[in-house]
Amino acid sequence: MSFVAGQNEMPQNARVSLAEPRDFFALLKPRVMSLVVLTALAGIMLAPTPTHPVLGFASLLAIAVGAGASGALNMWYDADIDALMSRTKSRPVPSGRVTAGEALAFGLVLSVLSVFTLGVVSNWLAAALLAFTIFFYAVIYTMWLKRWTPQNIVIGGAAGAFPPVVGYAAATGGMAIEPIVLFAIIFIWTPPHFWALALAKSEEYARAGVPMMPNAKGDARTRKEILAYSVILAPVGALPWLMGFASIVYGVLSVIGGAGMIWYAWRVLRDTQGPEARKATMSLFGFSILYLFALFLVIVIENGPAAAVARFAARLIG
Amino acid sequence: MTTPQGEFPRPLTPEEAKSRRSRNVAIALGIVFLIVLFYVVTVTKLGLGVVIRPSI
Repeated sequence: MSFVAGQNEMPQNARVSLAEPRDFFALLKPRVMSLVVLTALAGIMLAPTPTHPVLGFASLLAIAVGAGASGALNMWYDADIDALMSRTKSRPVPSGRVTAGEALAFGLVLSVLSVFTLGVVSNWLAAALLAFTIFFYAVIYTMWLKRWTPQNIVIGGAAGAFPPVVGYAAATGGMAIEPIVLFAIIFIWTPPHFWALALAKSEEYARAGVPMMPNAKGDARTRKEILAYSVILAPVGALPWLMGFASIVYGVLSVIGGAGMIWYAWRVLRDTQGPEARKATMSLFGFSILYLFALFLVIVIENGPAAAVARFAARLIG
Repeated sequence: MTTPQGEFPRPLTPEEAKSRRSRNVAIALGIVFLIVLFYVVTVTKLGLGVVIRPSI
């Protein structure tokens, strides 16, 4: 007699997971992770002294996995409301490909692993900041703010803004004004970005009982606040150039991009009815991704490949 | 053979066996990657110290 079923045998009524590795990968929110990688890399690149490529890569990987872990915890907790919205109902947990317990275990294991790895590879300040980021996203935002207040993504946006701060701490072991400016850019960018989507998906959020700004306070107020945040974002986005840690190329791009954000936000305020309204909100949503991606990409290039070429040229001349 | 619940075991379906195998392969690759990563990071952090042996 055995108390353990054979390796390929299961009790008659046992459920055996059909989840594939790609389903677990989807739990990490890969598209969000790609933005986290870019913004954390910008933080690493801003370090006064270049980071060793191996240690920089390992740190970046740990930060990305930590962000992914918080995404998995978010999908575990939010499976009930994800099932009610078209945008999220095909996610691994609501679609039944991964159980809630599997998502929770996956998220917790990766959280511990990523924080431990970052601590060992870089330093424990960076690891503590990563742990706080995961906690902030999974507990403060997902479990508390999201279902409680229409300011959910305003305050919760801090979680998405932390990666450059964590990256800088990983590279230097300390803190400076530069990564805090990058934090501010992402923090102020988050409301117009998410509210543009929320305007388009307002009915779904209402059905799921999530108090997003449009269904909690109304479309009109949301459109005004989107414009207000965009007006604040434009100068904040140019701060790296104004403060001297980004070039004129960044400066020009940030000014044009900031004007673009205001323009698209103005269209959202103006076009409130019919297909034009939806087109305006989705245009702002798409442009906001392009804007943030472009700004951080320029910072990475300027402080990475471009800075390396400049150092090499200076050595040749000197 | 019975389980603690007294139920007769059943063989895994081909889909269950396939997905379990692919998960196991992914976990194995992840562990191997972590071993290599920690090895390379350790050598990188030690730098030249990795080839300097203390004299007895």
